[in-house]
Amino acid sequence: MAPKVLEVKDLATQFKTRDGIVHAVNGVSFELQEGETLGIVGESACGKTVTVLSILGLIPSPPGKVVSGSAHYLGKDLLTMSDEEIRFIRGAQISMVFQDPMTSFNPVLTIGRQVAEPIEIHQGVSRKEALERAGELLALVGIPNAKERLSDYPHQFSGGMRQRAMIAMALACSPTVLVADEPTTALDVTIQAQILDIVKRLRDQLGMAIIWITHDLGIIAGLAQRVNVMYGGFIVEEAPVKELYAHPQHPYTIGLLGSLPRLDASTHTRLVSIDGVPPVLMKKPTSCPFAPRCPFVMDRCLQENPPLLSFDTHHRVACWVDPKTGGARA
Amino acid sequence: MGRYFVRRLLWMMLVLFVVSAITFGLMHAVPGGPFSREKALPQEILDNLNARYHLDEPLVVQYARYLYDVMIPRFSLLEKDPDGGYIKPIPSLVDDFVIRFNIGAVEFKWMNFGPSYASRSRTVNDVFKQQLPVSFQLGMMSLGFALLLGVPMGILAALKQNTIWDYLGMSVAIFGVSVPVIVLGPILVWIFGVSLKWLPPTGWGSQPPYVLGLFPSNLGPEFFKYAIMPSVALGLVSSASIARLTRASLLQVIREDYIRTARAKGLMERLVITRHALKNSLIPVVTILGPLFAALVTGTFITEQIFGIPGMGKYFVTSITNRDYPVIMGTILLYAILLVVANVFVDLMYAYLDPRIRYD
Repeated sequence: MAPKVLEVKDLATQFKTRDGIVHAVNGVSFELQEGETLGIVGESACGKTVTVLSILGLIPSPPGKVVSGSAHYLGKDLLTMSDEEIRFIRGAQISMVFQDPMTSFNPVLTIGRQVAEPIEIHQGVSRKEALERAGELLALVGIPNAKERLSDYPHQFSGGMRQRAMIAMALACSPTVLVADEPTTALDVTIQAQILDIVKRLRDQLGMAIIWITHDLGIIAGLAQRVNVMYGGFIVEEAPVKELYAHPQHPYTIGLLGSLPRLDASTHTRLVSIDGVPPVLMKKPTSCPFAPRCPFVMDRCLQENPPLLSFDTHHRVACWVDPKTGGARA
Repeated sequence: MGRYFVRRLLWMMLVLFVVSAITFGLMHAVPGGPFSREKALPQEILDNLNARYHLDEPLVVQYARYLYDVMIPRFSLLEKDPDGGYIKPIPSLVDDFVIRFNIGAVEFKWMNFGPSYASRSRTVNDVFKQQLPVSFQLGMMSLGFALLLGVPMGILAALKQNTIWDYLGMSVAIFGVSVPVIVLGPILVWIFGVSLKWLPPTGWGSQPPYVLGLFPSNLGPEFFKYAIMPSVALGLVSSASIARLTRASLLQVIREDYIRTARAKGLMERLVITRHALKNSLIPVVTILGPLFAALVTGTFITEQIFGIPGMGKYFVTSITNRDYPVIMGTILLYAILLVVANVFVDLMYAYLDPRIRYD
């Protein structure tokens, strides 16, 4: 097995709001191996983004606060690092691609300047050299006439081009880990496919590990090796991607997979949805967070929150129920 | 850009025309005239005065005459003097042009704003040449003070939100907004001028001739010694509103996605603020600079009174009570020009700050 680059243990993040404390992430643990692509899926507001922002110390504080846990990157805990220490990791060794390419670029600085910035600060080269490198990077992600477009401003780029530029910026210092937070959600499908191709190609070229956050299970299937399913601030299921699609164990995962449109279904089949609404995270749940929406709910689910337990060698699930029989898990 | 300028210039003409028409109409609609006295003048003298200044003509003719005097350039030939130069005529009282220069034997004259009815030895042009620069300097100094105090105070308050710095800065801002010049001015004079004797309590530190007709020729300690108190008194209110606006704007900008992006790149916090946040957050501040500039340059009347500054404010106010028609028209048109030019300047600043804005 490849060595671990990132090991997150029992990470919990809370936000203080006027109405009380929001428990956004409640004790999440996972690992990332060198060169591996890990998918994190789940519906909106289930704690996917907060998890990765917490790891990089990018949670706006106040109101946010990482209350417990550790995140070891190559043996060092990112959560206890000083601002200056983690600054050298961000953008250089772990870099991020954000969801909305429209708002994630500074509107008053040129694309070239922004793409060159990580090179300039982390590799200590002159601005001119950094700009040259930025031009090469833009060409690498498939932006035509990359050199000329360095002096363009973000509003002169289309959404897809901006997201490519964002990826170029994230890859500028050849990071060990790329964190992509729903990078294709704001783009239309053809552009999505192009972005995915670029990422796959560069992953194979550069050999970096990727954490890919999305709510699109279709993307994950073609990209990731392993998947974490999150719900209500918990990881509820973790499995290799094929195993997850073939034998989903958590009722929520089953629901998610059931709600995917299928090419081989008849045109009259209605899309299935999961009844109910995502949980309000205002108090730390003592029961299973999915219980109110779960078709298999039992008495125990309402009294005790199931821990994430191994179901198979590489497959873990947090559920009291065996969905095959509808009875308690053995 | 060129087309944009031409368009703005044409609009400016239109604005000035409308302003002049409204002002002309209003000031003649007000009862009384420049020669109304408590003890009325004999009718013959009144008739003579009115005829002298063309006030006996119909209003439309008077307005047309005014526009003609102001807008139409005149040319005249100068006589040669024995040394090979040209003899420049001594300007007469009622014939004083703002712009007057000669190329060879041809003298070019433009913009005659007419005489002052109230002080008969002066023309409107004299007021422009002697009083306007003082008011302009005071206005610019207070604008500078307002920016130098307001912007850093706002930035500090935003970056140290909900700390003692924030509360301190915003307290100063509230103080600035609440205490008018009429209170602050005399207090400053009493403390620094009368008790401590650090600064001269009254007067202004620059005399004509002015550089480019507006700027002081002695921009040094002597000038600042006089300028500092009135500028602080006049500028404090504006610095308060600038500080509050800067704070609010910066607080909004540092929550933007691209600030998070900048942090995720591993940028130093100092660079995140100076390179990524400041320029964006100053855009709303620039918006109020135009009106603020106008308010400061035109709003110097009370400050000038308190500090005994020989500026324009006094003429502006007394010209209205005196029905001194040419001075009213001249000062209002001048302020209108200042306002329009300030707004064009603000629009150009926008384009500089925000690349999404381009004029063509």
